[in-house]
Amino acid sequence: MKQPLLDMRGIVKSFSGVRALNGVSIQLDPGEALSICGENGSGKSTLMKVLSGVWPFGSYEGEIYFEGNLVKASSIRDTEALGIVIIHQELALVKEMTVLENIFLGNELGSFARLNDEEMHRRTSKLLARVKLDVLPDTPIRDLGVGQQQLVEIAKALNKNVKLLILDEPTSSLTTTEIEILLNIVSELKQQGIACIYISHKLEEVLALSNWVTVIRDGDHIDTKSAENLTQNDIISMMVGRELDELFPREEHDIGNVVLKVNHATASQPGATRAQVEDVSFELRQGEILGIAGLIGSGRTELMQCLYGSYDGNYEAEIELQGQPLTVRSQRTALESGIAMVPEDRKRHGIVPIMSVGRNITLSVLNQYSSWFGAINEDKESQDIDHYIAQLKVKTASSELSIKNLSGGNQQKAIIAKCLLTHPKILILDEPTRGIDVGAKYEIYKLMFALVKQGMSIIMVSSELSEVIGISDRVLVMHEGRLKGQFDHQGLTQEMIMNCAIKEDTANV
Amino acid sequence: MFKTIKTSQLQLFAMLAAMLLIIVFFSFATDGAFVSPRNISNLIRQTAIVGVLAIGMVFVIISAEIDLSVGSMMGLLGGIAAILDVWFHFPILLTVLVTVVTGLILGLFNGWWVAYQKVPSFIVTLAGMLAFRGILVGLTDGATVAPTSSSLAIVGQSYIPSGWGISIVALLCLGLVARVYTRRQARQKHGVENQTAKFEYAKATIAVSVLMGLLFILESYRGIPTPIMIMGGLILVATYVAKRTSFGRRVYAIGGNIEATRMSGVNVERTKMLVFGFNGMMVAVAALILTSRLGAGSPAAGNMAELDAIAACVIGGTSLAGGVGAVFGAIMGALIMASLDNGMSMLDVPTFWQLIVKGMILLLAVWLDVKTKRAQ
Repeated sequence: MKQPLLDMRGIVKSFSGVRALNGVSIQLDPGEALSICGENGSGKSTLMKVLSGVWPFGSYEGEIYFEGNLVKASSIRDTEALGIVIIHQELALVKEMTVLENIFLGNELGSFARLNDEEMHRRTSKLLARVKLDVLPDTPIRDLGVGQQQLVEIAKALNKNVKLLILDEPTSSLTTTEIEILLNIVSELKQQGIACIYISHKLEEVLALSNWVTVIRDGDHIDTKSAENLTQNDIISMMVGRELDELFPREEHDIGNVVLKVNHATASQPGATRAQVEDVSFELRQGEILGIAGLIGSGRTELMQCLYGSYDGNYEAEIELQGQPLTVRSQRTALESGIAMVPEDRKRHGIVPIMSVGRNITLSVLNQYSSWFGAINEDKESQDIDHYIAQLKVKTASSELSIKNLSGGNQQKAIIAKCLLTHPKILILDEPTRGIDVGAKYEIYKLMFALVKQGMSIIMVSSELSEVIGISDRVLVMHEGRLKGQFDHQGLTQEMIMNCAIKEDTANV
Repeated sequence: MFKTIKTSQLQLFAMLAAMLLIIVFFSFATDGAFVSPRNISNLIRQTAIVGVLAIGMVFVIISAEIDLSVGSMMGLLGGIAAILDVWFHFPILLTVLVTVVTGLILGLFNGWWVAYQKVPSFIVTLAGMLAFRGILVGLTDGATVAPTSSSLAIVGQSYIPSGWGISIVALLCLGLVARVYTRRQARQKHGVENQTAKFEYAKATIAVSVLMGLLFILESYRGIPTPIMIMGGLILVATYVAKRTSFGRRVYAIGGNIEATRMSGVNVERTKMLVFGFNGMMVAVAALILTSRLGAGSPAAGNMAELDAIAACVIGGTSLAGGVGAVFGAIMGALIMASLDNGMSMLDVPTFWQLIVKGMILLLAVWLDVKTKRAQ
């Protein structure tokens, strides 16, 4: 009988009595790709931590065989020596160092006293050619885009003689073109006999790339199926354990008068040659969901930062809120005048990880509970916290639990609760469903419709085109800092948006 | 799911255990002299200065900054208090007021550079450490300013009349039990899980008996030393500010994630500057106690005190990465350091050994902290 490259048998892993993994088994042959799907918190990353040696041998039940041998790893180092390399969602590159230095970090060639630069240079060029990355080995990482950095990570893995490459949500912050490049590289690596485990919420990629799809739900191994006969809906229903009648629960709502007018918004970094936002004007109506699409770097996020007062550079815009001119100089003025924002980068700008869920929710509105010298009325505060946790269905054992222990979707709901407590007229959501599981996404969409029905206006920036079309009433497309197109959602297709976002010539304004 | 609660409690128990161990060890080693009323009174009087400094410092460290200038600042403020008292014969209240306001201004000055001018606090306060000492030596011409008046001596050398002391401690104990009760009620009302009643009331009982025991010991000597009463009052105020005011909440949030806090509309800069201002006021109080105890303003006063304050905070479980820490922990840290000092001095341990032991304890405390956190 032929031996599989990887054979994980009946993996069980518990944390203080709670089973995070409940008997998961997977097998993989060289040159094959296996995707692991599951909602956030279902146990995918725990499984990868077991496989990569973060959880050492003996801390879990079950066995892992790699190339027929029992793996007894005590750290990532051991599994890397075997040829198992994991690339995390958050890239582990040293931004200040060059491509070459990063690729050879910890494995430098040459003696302690003198590095063998020529050999490292030669090999780096070879590796970069293999991942089709057209940069010089001496380029600092900070000058590369996220997609390019991803490729450097893969080059680094190849340099370690990788046999099994694990990619954890590799495309969550990539643009469509970058995703395509990455997927091509992975297919080529497969042909070279490298096996791949792929973790992603993007089911299109999952189906395009993999031979097998394993679904995990609440730590249970639901099924492993050949990708050939699967559809996205099959996977989703396995993941959530129920049929989702539709991905986007569009509900009819009334759209009123113009609440926000933005004229000639311009933003640039000091000393930069090109502005990040250039002369953008648009309107937002009451009860409207305005989608903003565009590639990463098209100025979408920067435009939102101008509205919220968080842009880190020089910016100017004529803003009219309900007919009154408004100058937004800081996040505080934005919140006070009724503009709230859920930021793109949840970890960096959204949550205070060590604080409790409740305290994160009330951080923006502490003054509402404070006496003249700042004493917090905890009774009143708890009432609001309880109310919003229930209303937004934030799944947490207690409002006093640290927010870092929650899944991404529930963290996002808590951040939205924080914004709602400020009673905004306009809610800006920047990539509201990035890295969030299907069930939580659905709930967030539902919530968005409930809010616009109450008369709130929403601006949603998103890279997921299906989401932009499925949720928005109107869609703006940005390209290189400028507003390039404007569409009604009816009859809008992903191709129309992509064409507008990528090509230089079209003009539908 | 109670990870965070558990860690902080583990830390508390570890600290209490360490304290107990130190007491037991030195009691045996000194044939009971360590726990004599006279020595305990001295010991906690010694704690007062570092303790008050630690109260200010803990806020600075929770906000993920550092203040290296407090030693020099304490020297300078103590010198100013002595000058006002000895050279200009200011009434005591005016001396106190001017010193505290000066402390506030110096603190805000540090804070302004850190918060608004974005100079790293390590550098700003290193500059302050040098400059404040320089100003002190310049003002006093390098000479000791002495002798201070008998009214200034009240701050650092007097004792609280026993009637007052007993009533205050009794009130405090009542307040403590009442607080445990009301908090349990509030939590129950909002459906938040309480710890078992037994556990919480046992904790309160232990706290009350420790307070009572301490009161008994102190009263059997000369009563509660005034500086301890001052420190006690400041502990209550600072704990309240940290735990129950929006300012305190924002300080923790800034230390936890300054970017997210700014995105939440908090005026991060002003809050940071106020933290340094508050710290300056605490330094002023410590300076008054110090000058009063010494009976003089000395140009070398407060040398290296910043390191004791930082060590007290860190031993007390404050994280230099910010966002984590408590006033009570910092005070325990100060008490542990002072007990080691006092005990080793009683045993005639040479000074160099005292320094080595204190250094090792600091390292050990943080190592244990790192270990337990990683185990989670």
